[in-house]
Amino acid sequence: MINTKSSAIRTEEMVLNMGPQHPSTHGVLRLELALEGEIITKVTPHIGYLHRCFEKHCEAMTYPQIVPYTDRMDYLASMGNELGYAVAMEKLLGIEVPQRVEYIRVIMAELQRIASHLVALGTYGADIGAFTPFLYCFRDREKILHLFEITCGARLLYNYIWVGGLSHDLHPDFVRKTRDFIKEFKPTIKELNDILSYNKIFIDRTANVGILPVKTAINFGVSGPNLRASGIKWDIRKDDPYSVYSKFDFDIPVGKGTHGTVGDSWDRYFVRILEMEESLKIIEQALDQLPDGDVQSAIPKRIKPNAGHVYGRVENPRGELGYFIISDGSTTPYRVKVRAPSFVTLQILGELCKGYMIADVITILGSIDIVLGEIDR
Amino acid sequence: MKNTEEILQALKENFPDFSFELKSDLPVEGFIICNPLVIDKISHFLHDNPELNFDSLINLSGVDEIKANQLSVYYHLESTELKHKLVLKVVTDRNSPEVASVTDIWKGANWHEREAYDMFGIKFLNHPDLRRILMPYDWEAGHPLRKDYENPEFYQGMKVPF
Amino acid sequence: MGLLDKEFTDGNIVIAKAEDLMNWARLSSLWQVSFGLACCAIEMMATSASHYDFDRFGVIPRPSPRHADIIIISGTVTLKMATRIKRLYEQMPEPKYIISMGSCSNSGGPYWEHGYHVLKGIDRVIPVDVYVPGCPPRPEALLEGLIKLQEKIRKTSLVKKST
Repeated sequence: MINTKSSAIRTEEMVLNMGPQHPSTHGVLRLELALEGEIITKVTPHIGYLHRCFEKHCEAMTYPQIVPYTDRMDYLASMGNELGYAVAMEKLLGIEVPQRVEYIRVIMAELQRIASHLVALGTYGADIGAFTPFLYCFRDREKILHLFEITCGARLLYNYIWVGGLSHDLHPDFVRKTRDFIKEFKPTIKELNDILSYNKIFIDRTANVGILPVKTAINFGVSGPNLRASGIKWDIRKDDPYSVYSKFDFDIPVGKGTHGTVGDSWDRYFVRILEMEESLKIIEQALDQLPDGDVQSAIPKRIKPNAGHVYGRVENPRGELGYFIISDGSTTPYRVKVRAPSFVTLQILGELCKGYMIADVITILGSIDIVLGEIDR
Repeated sequence: MKNTEEILQALKENFPDFSFELKSDLPVEGFIICNPLVIDKISHFLHDNPELNFDSLINLSGVDEIKANQLSVYYHLESTELKHKLVLKVVTDRNSPEVASVTDIWKGANWHEREAYDMFGIKFLNHPDLRRILMPYDWEAGHPLRKDYENPEFYQGMKVPF
Repeated sequence: MGLLDKEFTDGNIVIAKAEDLMNWARLSSLWQVSFGLACCAIEMMATSASHYDFDRFGVIPRPSPRHADIIIISGTVTLKMATRIKRLYEQMPEPKYIISMGSCSNSGGPYWEHGYHVLKGIDRVIPVDVYVPGCPPRPEALLEGLIKLQEKIRKTSLVKKST
């Protein structure tokens, strides 16, 4: 960090617009940067360029019709969004779903977490100037998308996890192919570490940049890998378990400040790599224990919850995804509010960037891994 | 770890002048209704009291209750250390909705409150930067998530309906 | 291929119509604005990445619209964004082409009815050459859309049609 006050010559502040069309803003985000030379004095994000009126749609659709719209919020983690909605709705309706459904949901959510982190890590490398890791990550991501495709026919937006069940049972080849994938994928994490994580240039660009202290993070409501990189073990899968996560044995990786300070951009990057390994552990255990059963037996014929409200939350790849659903007793929700992790996380950008160089904005923005689809909803 | 009743008790002891109402007959979650103009004082207490220690605001959502002619705001609070949760609700008049801002206490409330302003027109008093957030800054047709909202025919020369 | 099916009859001289030559040059290196909007942008990225390899059609992402020949509208266009897209389009040098990728930019997609902030089709703002349906279209569908655009370019004539 550079001390702006020590410079003897004061220059006029310059305002620079970054976005909404910019290759490194991860979507349609506009940042208004106030600059003192090359040093950032203030960052004002302007959002809403992808505001697709999700909450208004919820008030016009029946409960099952909302599932495809949830897909389109965080489009890198559609399975997680559906799972969050299903968890909230099942809490409101008070229904139990078969064990097989829960296990398949966990497998899908964890595969999705790996796929999502692969995009995050790949594009982060590309932002900083390493294009090759991007190709490596997308190669592996395609394998996961293939697994989703044989399950439900879609590559990106699945409409797979329904309230009370699933749209399809697993393909007969799914378990074998997933095991093959795990076997292939484990060495590529090491490959990614060699090519990017421990690369000296990469470490120089990311370590000690954009340090997020844990107190600030909690005060802002930051969650997920960004919070854990600041050194706190907070994961809804462990702290407020849903589905069948309590049955699996896995660790929660936290930032250790290996190459700089705890909570810097490198930590946020590396926590995601460690999380992929933990996800593989969960998938392996879930595949071993996968019970038999009918995946559609608990789907309600007509969803009409009693008047009331519920807040259901899950640990999405980007953090805590919460659905606040108010029902008035009809077949349509009265109000749905989504607590999107990226929406909350983007607020800290101004705090993180202050005092750094303009090139570090890209580093910091890439490290908090936002998806504009869920920020604007 | 405290449940909603115990927190209500603590609030009543600390703020004898304010009115609190517990609603717990709903399915799933109970919540406490309090006065919209003193929610900042209540929040300060909830945040600073070491036995409650609500260090994180997880969600803030506006709701349009058109039948009762009122707008309401729900606060979902959580303590990451003590692992308890709380839901607060404030109710305000639909024609002149005013709620005290909690941005001083939880900085993350900033954008949530801006969103509630953008979508419902709820004015948060003492908010540092109360502007529209998702809709364009020059949007003149009102607040879209209000139940009686009507969309304009044109925006900057572009036809809006299908 | 307009040029390559002609035999090399005399040394290294190729004889072709100027029209064919220009069209061939244009369709074989369509530089794209690297510009993503929503979900479809992820599929567009997947198309450019290792598995589908957009590069083999001469499509290379360029960060600036001033370098580009083609813009792929990949995702939902909101009212707030529409004016910016128009400005992007106006910055591109002629000849320029537009692929509208996915239901949202074709017609508003799933947001056509209640989307108070969604533009119901990018063709209300800028002219579109190829519409690719799907929500989101598979990378193969985007490639098909690009081949359709190449066919369109191949058929362009320099001669003004007499009325």
